[in-house]
Amino acid sequence: MSIIIDKLFAHVSKFIAIAILLLVAWIFTVLLQNSMASIEAFGFDFITESKWAPNLEKFGALPAIYGSVVSTFLAMILAVPLAIGVAIFLSELAPARLKSPVGVSIELLAAIPSVIYGMWGLFYFVPIVRDIFGGIGISMLTAGIVLSIMILPFMAAVTRDAMNTTPDILKESAYALGGTKWDVIKDIIIPYAKAGIIGSFILALGRAIGETMAVTFVMGNVHKISTDLTAPATSIPVTLANEFTEADTELYYSSLFELSLMLLVISFTIISIAKFYFLRRKRTA
Amino acid sequence: MTHTQKRIIVNNIVMFLSTMSAVIGIGFLFWILSVLILNGVDALSWSIFSQEGAPPGYEDSGLKHALIGQLMIVSIATFIGVPLGILAGTYLSEYGQKSKLAETIRDISDIMMSAPSIVIGAFVYAIVVVPMGHFSGWAGSVALTIIMLPIILRTTDDMLQLVPSTLREAAFALGAPKYKVIIQVVYRGAKAGILTGVLLGVARVAGETAPLLFTSFNDNFLNTDMNEPMASLTVTMYNYATSPYEDWQKLGWAAAFILSMFILSLNIIGRLFLLKKKGK
Repeated sequence: MSIIIDKLFAHVSKFIAIAILLLVAWIFTVLLQNSMASIEAFGFDFITESKWAPNLEKFGALPAIYGSVVSTFLAMILAVPLAIGVAIFLSELAPARLKSPVGVSIELLAAIPSVIYGMWGLFYFVPIVRDIFGGIGISMLTAGIVLSIMILPFMAAVTRDAMNTTPDILKESAYALGGTKWDVIKDIIIPYAKAGIIGSFILALGRAIGETMAVTFVMGNVHKISTDLTAPATSIPVTLANEFTEADTELYYSSLFELSLMLLVISFTIISIAKFYFLRRKRTA
Repeated sequence: MTHTQKRIIVNNIVMFLSTMSAVIGIGFLFWILSVLILNGVDALSWSIFSQEGAPPGYEDSGLKHALIGQLMIVSIATFIGVPLGILAGTYLSEYGQKSKLAETIRDISDIMMSAPSIVIGAFVYAIVVVPMGHFSGWAGSVALTIIMLPIILRTTDDMLQLVPSTLREAAFALGAPKYKVIIQVVYRGAKAGILTGVLLGVARVAGETAPLLFTSFNDNFLNTDMNEPMASLTVTMYNYATSPYEDWQKLGWAAAFILSMFILSLNIIGRLFLLKKKGK
């Protein structure tokens, strides 16, 4: 009797684990199937066409791609130096008494849902951007800033963990040679933790590309490519969030699925690069 | 200026800058928290919990519909996601171990964990909403289950691996079959860890909005039928906050306050569990 239960338990748990793989394959298949109409109608032009006009049945993803790239780029420029600073503070600088409360606060910042970042951005950040930079405040710039705050805690926490893996003996030797804290950080800790730090940045980049609610509030969903950062814009997830329930024709619907498929492929690629090239070492530890 | 002096000055500048970064980071946390508390407490009242949604301008409108909807969607997702995730995690740690299959499943789940949740929404729209012909609470739960699964699976896997193998060997030596060893020894040893994973998984999906936009959709009134479109705190918050009506925006803040307090406390409780375990 117990042999049967034993076999059953083993097989059921194996089946469910394999089902995760099948699920991922299923997601790709379903998105691809639903994108076919748009892929057939527009082909490669979907990516290079900048006109998005549902009333004319004309769909080009360039403005959304442009918005995703620029807002993510902005977010990274702002968040990377801050994240390194926070990580240095947490791993090397903070007195023991402060380390844990500050660390926990930063991690809690990462737990706040993105819809709340979006709401806060809309009511408190949009007016500030409007006052300082002009425009209506709902813009690419605001999206980039809100996004950077959203990814900062994640980047800082992972970078700190990477820095913390530096063996004490290496640091102590460097101090013994008369190195200042900064010497030790730049010549010992950062080279030692380099792979982990870069990995965490790429992982954060992957999250920023797919982040939806934090930017949906403050970006505006305007399908226009503008070099003016204070102008409203759109991105792939913002378009999806705003228009998915509005799609009334097959082609419209299929174009949105093609956008989802692109987003999934982009984020899978970015996250895989981070994991396989930079964060691999963690597995063996 | 000597070389040493220069190094000390550079050192001090960098140390100042990184301290400032930490101050800025913490500053944002306090800014967001205080905005939530100020607006949230201001908007809280008894009617929030006792009244359903109402058109803008009505005196007593509340969030009862969204609270109940949220509770139903998230609990059902938890109900499906937790056992599946724990079982799959058990396979990885106890049967698959370092095999190629287990490693592949680990990698794919790690990638799934960071996949954009709005894409999961689109997927569920295609496989649940379209065949059913309409939005539904079930569709929302399915989307959240898919998001929760890899989180539970990976934490279970990690936590079970922390259970010392001598415990398993001792139980095997007594002649216990493998499933009994797993259920009575391994699970017991990893209880706190698994629970933490579950809490963090629930906290994570409770804040999801994007995948609910086109699965459970929304409803401004109380609905407890999972076959119908259903309100959730997050989607209600999105709709109310982006509306031009001040009383709706106020309700949006109340929803934001309730939700973030819930999620933050789940996170804090989860951390305490882990701490207690480490302390042992």
